[in-house]
Amino acid sequence: MHMATVLTINGETKSFDAPPEMPLLWVLRDVLGMTGTKFGCGIAQCGACTVHVDGKAVRSCVLPVSAVANRAITTIEHVGSTPAGAKVQKAWLDLEVIQCGYCQSGQIMSAAALLAATPSPDDSDIDAAMAGNICRCGTYVRIREAIKQAASGRQS
Amino acid sequence: MIAHSSVSRRTLLTGGLATGFLLAFHLPLRAAANEPVQPPDATDGKFAPNAFIRIDPEGLTTLVMPQVEMGQGIYTAVSMILAEELDADWAKVQLLHAPANEKLYGNPIFIIQATGGSTSVRAFWKPLRDAGASARAMLVQAAAAQWGVDPASCTTSKGEVTHKASGRTLAYGALAAAASGQTPPKDVPLKDPKDFVYIGQPFKRLDTPEKVNGKAVYGIDAIVPNMKFATLAQCPVFGGKVGKVDDRAAKKIPGVRQIVVLDDLVAVVGDHMWAAKKGLDALDIEWNEGPNAKIDSKAIWDDLRAASAKDGVVAKSTGDITKGLASGEKIEASFELPFLAHATMEPLNATVHCKPDSCEIWTGTQIMARVQSEAAKAAGLPVEKVTVNQHLLGGGFGRKLEPDMVVAAVRIAKQVDGPVKVVWTREEDIQHDVYRPVYRDTIAATLSNGKIASWKYKIAGAAIIARWLPPAFQKGIDIDAIDSATDVPYEIPNFHVEFVRAEPPAIPTGFWRGVGPNNNVFAAECFVDELARKAGKDPVEFRRGMLANQPRFLSVLNLAAEKANWDQPLPARVGRGVCLQPSFGSFIATVVEAEVDEQGEVNLRRATSVVDTGIAVNPDTIVAQVEGGLIFGLTAALYGEITIEKGRVQQSNFNDYRMLRINQTPKIEVHVVKSGEAPGGIGETGTTAGPPALRNAIYAATGVALRRLPIDRKLLAAGKKA
Amino acid sequence: MSGKMRILTSLVVIAIVVVALGVWIIRGPGPLDFAGGPKVALADYRAGKPTGVPAKLEKASLIERGEYLAKAADCMVCHTKPGEKEYAGGLGFKLPFGTLYSTNITPDKDTGIGNYSDQDFLNAVQRGKRHDGARLYPAMPYTSYTTMTNEDVLAVKAYLFSLPAVRAKPPENTLSFPFNQRWAMMFWSAVFNPDTRFAPDASKSPEWNRGAYLAEALAHCGECHTPRNLGFALDNRKKFGGAITAGWRAFNISSDKATGLGSWRDEDLVSYLSLGHAPGHGSASGPMGEAVDHSFSQFAPEDIRSIVAYLRGVPPVPSTDLPATTAPVAPASHKDGVTADARGKKVFASACASCHGWSGESPVSPTATLTGTWAVNDPAATNVAQIVLSGTKRHTPDGALSMPAFGNAYSDDEIAAVANYVTARFGTKGSKLTAKDVAELREQTAE
Repeated sequence: MHMATVLTINGETKSFDAPPEMPLLWVLRDVLGMTGTKFGCGIAQCGACTVHVDGKAVRSCVLPVSAVANRAITTIEHVGSTPAGAKVQKAWLDLEVIQCGYCQSGQIMSAAALLAATPSPDDSDIDAAMAGNICRCGTYVRIREAIKQAASGRQS
Repeated sequence: MIAHSSVSRRTLLTGGLATGFLLAFHLPLRAAANEPVQPPDATDGKFAPNAFIRIDPEGLTTLVMPQVEMGQGIYTAVSMILAEELDADWAKVQLLHAPANEKLYGNPIFIIQATGGSTSVRAFWKPLRDAGASARAMLVQAAAAQWGVDPASCTTSKGEVTHKASGRTLAYGALAAAASGQTPPKDVPLKDPKDFVYIGQPFKRLDTPEKVNGKAVYGIDAIVPNMKFATLAQCPVFGGKVGKVDDRAAKKIPGVRQIVVLDDLVAVVGDHMWAAKKGLDALDIEWNEGPNAKIDSKAIWDDLRAASAKDGVVAKSTGDITKGLASGEKIEASFELPFLAHATMEPLNATVHCKPDSCEIWTGTQIMARVQSEAAKAAGLPVEKVTVNQHLLGGGFGRKLEPDMVVAAVRIAKQVDGPVKVVWTREEDIQHDVYRPVYRDTIAATLSNGKIASWKYKIAGAAIIARWLPPAFQKGIDIDAIDSATDVPYEIPNFHVEFVRAEPPAIPTGFWRGVGPNNNVFAAECFVDELARKAGKDPVEFRRGMLANQPRFLSVLNLAAEKANWDQPLPARVGRGVCLQPSFGSFIATVVEAEVDEQGEVNLRRATSVVDTGIAVNPDTIVAQVEGGLIFGLTAALYGEITIEKGRVQQSNFNDYRMLRINQTPKIEVHVVKSGEAPGGIGETGTTAGPPALRNAIYAATGVALRRLPIDRKLLAAGKKA
Repeated sequence: MSGKMRILTSLVVIAIVVVALGVWIIRGPGPLDFAGGPKVALADYRAGKPTGVPAKLEKASLIERGEYLAKAADCMVCHTKPGEKEYAGGLGFKLPFGTLYSTNITPDKDTGIGNYSDQDFLNAVQRGKRHDGARLYPAMPYTSYTTMTNEDVLAVKAYLFSLPAVRAKPPENTLSFPFNQRWAMMFWSAVFNPDTRFAPDASKSPEWNRGAYLAEALAHCGECHTPRNLGFALDNRKKFGGAITAGWRAFNISSDKATGLGSWRDEDLVSYLSLGHAPGHGSASGPMGEAVDHSFSQFAPEDIRSIVAYLRGVPPVPSTDLPATTAPVAPASHKDGVTADARGKKVFASACASCHGWSGESPVSPTATLTGTWAVNDPAATNVAQIVLSGTKRHTPDGALSMPAFGNAYSDDEIAAVANYVTARFGTKGSKLTAKDVAELREQTAE
């Protein structure tokens, strides 16, 4: 069988058995039971599976576990412990962004990575960072607004 | 304020409702009329006056959700309505998914336990208010009895009964046991809307806090101890069967546990989805494609066009259409709408544990009781041996008004020892959807004095209702397919609507967000714009002229024109388009502003909707639903089309079944008009409004009268004319 | 001989000389002429064995040896329609004058090659002559296969005959006149098919000769990578200098330092051929991706090394239309670098950035890194547009590697825009594709 793989997820060391090419998404969901990260398309076209690898937003559905062995992985379950993640979560609730919510784990992860790298994003920054995340409920108007609110720190 | 109102993982997973019903709540269900009262079970001192309300001695108020949450905010709206009449303490409210139980939780409009058609608030408005008011009355009676005062002298607020005169107060929790012994009063008066304290306020949604941190549990997130994971392939040709399966390579893949071969599908069961998926890819499956392998889109359209030339069943006829069409120039057009997939963000899935004598299911469905009964059939068990645990839905849009995903999962699970989570790949989800049917709507009209004098409208398409709710299919009329066609807002002297039932061969068709009004609002509102141009009138002015007796329509239209700056000039190749729709019991006017560039690419600039939906239970949710609905509809208008070749769907994933994204999203403004009328439906209204408003904007920008969706950008390049 | 006759004879002689000269000029050198060393008969070459199978298969059965050689000759890709039975033919080749369909080479007697004798098979593979005497079109690379030894050709036959017979008749070709006249190929063949077996170059190492045999006789690299002459045959004056084949650009694989393989390290070439990917050089896609999946990835390591050794010796042929250097990593921010094409940027943000990153360095897999790849450095953007249109699906040892096809949901205008954006951002010189160019590229690869 495979060698045990060791990953650092949300600051914790996790050890498990998985083939090296297995995408991180399925390790999180099916092996570790961390179901906050969602499966949407499997081809990096929808962004529902977005996690942070060393703080950057990455689509976990196409990310082999072998590629992230020595890197810090953060998922939606833990993003609230980062300053950007907490601001984004708050703005999301303040502006009532969410509808079905299935894509929102990914949206929040993408938005948190954006804010961490670009504390005051303009519309073009939001387009560049968020266009890879599909929301079928069509919450885009509020996503944009919430990112701006999270960046400004203003209250609704 | 809603500290305890979490939809916790445990409560959602528990699903099954283990409380008794001292008072069986009577929905106006034909099937329910003579049913025995539900046997009471242990309520542990809870006050459980009806199907929807449980209050424990600590005052924790559990509200049971008869309608499923798929993003439309219904859990919050249902809770607000119940809490309003109950005068519950909002901070002590928690939610529970209803179990499968048609008698208790059937939708009064559909009879069955279904969430769809933008009916939730409309259908449950009265029953929920009655339930809240009745429970409140019993609590008041209990308190009054304890104090020895007249119940009429007691008031309620925030989960407490107060007797002002004596200054005494009792919390609902303290009254739970006593209230259980009270006889429910008859004909309890409901609040005057002016006294509403919850309804009409912008309430924070109860389901969203756990959706920002990954804690919310959708069907696909269900975890059952020792479960396996499976994914499946159905014959790519509709109706085809499995021929030969060579599973030698698949079995060698680490983590693959079992190959399940059924007559029409093959599933691979593994330790995780990745193993299952790799195993499925490694299978060599020979399909017996059957006769449908010859079907293609061209043949389907040829058939539909031929069918639409025939006379249909008359759905409505006023005035004299024959005479009307004979006087003056007859203007005609046909509008065509494609097959559409739902593409909910959460792909189809169900987790099932089949044992010899029982079957337990974890999923998110819009039709709990039907899922239960269909699963029972598939499992070969009596209905009561099947438990359905309802979860949040990662989008429904009508896709989960079908039981097929659960039935397939049960059939697979029957072959598996232990629980198995069956998850569709996105490709399988798109290629085995139950599609929004193709429609062809033909309209003939005449004008007189700048108004529409006669209007003959013929819908040709599938009758989904005939399959989905047969009793509702009467005299050859699909009440859904004609929805919004028979009740256009305008006053037209000679008005005639026909329906031609034309079922596409082999392609399964079903409800898709916006349902019948999707095609009817599109065709009618596009054609009204063409008629306006013919009459030499501005599209808004033309519509106004036919709304003399429609104050609600007129007021939303006027406000939309004002908010959208309808009268202000625009640059070249930029246009505004309007849509006025009667759908789902709401009165909505929408203006879309769009630019068409020299290459024919469409840039959305702005969308403005004015909504009169009667009493707005949670106004912010109404705004959100219309915003999102517009995006859903605009996505379909720009990109949505499922095509068939050799009996197969040609699209497979978001690379070829395209979605609108944030960098294409226009500015959206939604204005909700204050109203005291009974609430209308809202979930699908934006979807029906977007496409005609966009098409009319393109018409204004380019002069090209598109009559087919999705928008063919090739027809819009500079220099092209209609 | 009368005067008249003499004049006539002279005219004929002159005509023959002119034609011969013309043929000589058009035909140009043979594929191995560049090596220049003395050619010896295979039997006389004692230093090693350039033909046949690698050492580990020497003792294997005829069928197993044939399987290795059939894969090395990449028979399957052309003789299989995607989704259909292997080797059963029916794959369409779109040519300017119609479509050719590959034949069924399973041993089915009616629709395949079940009735072929050894000699029939040799005639087909080495001479382009069908069992019924009809001529094959040179889409079948028999001018390359002609240098295979009879022994190797017949091993391939033994392998093919060991496969299940599939009854499948490929569609009729749709070539227009005069290209539908098969007999005319006789003349083409007479001019362009040397019909000779491999002759080693005595001055070269056994490794080089093995590489030459593999690259020329079996892998037929030149069929895509060498430009064609007026007669649609390979122009070995520009051997391996790169060409457009079937709507894709086959890049320069001569030893040119700037635009060919001259600056690739050996390990890069080994990696690219055996895995379809080399760090800093991108991943094989389109026809080369298929060649790696079905052919090169099955090669014995020493055979890959032989090919590399051989490629090293091919004289440099510069591609003047390609920039001499590839571009460095693009800026991490979407705001820096090229932002001119708003539509291209919009599409890139939506559908591409998730895998390829704004810098061109993939956040998910080195195989998706665009930085340094030839495709993004091609100002014609041919392969970029093709990959966007039709995607790529590769089978690597780590499982499938793929990019979805966007051609069905994105307009020609959008695909042109994103190709222009990608080549400008990640390459040296941006392309200027138009919607019309993309429509033409679609035409060339449409089934």
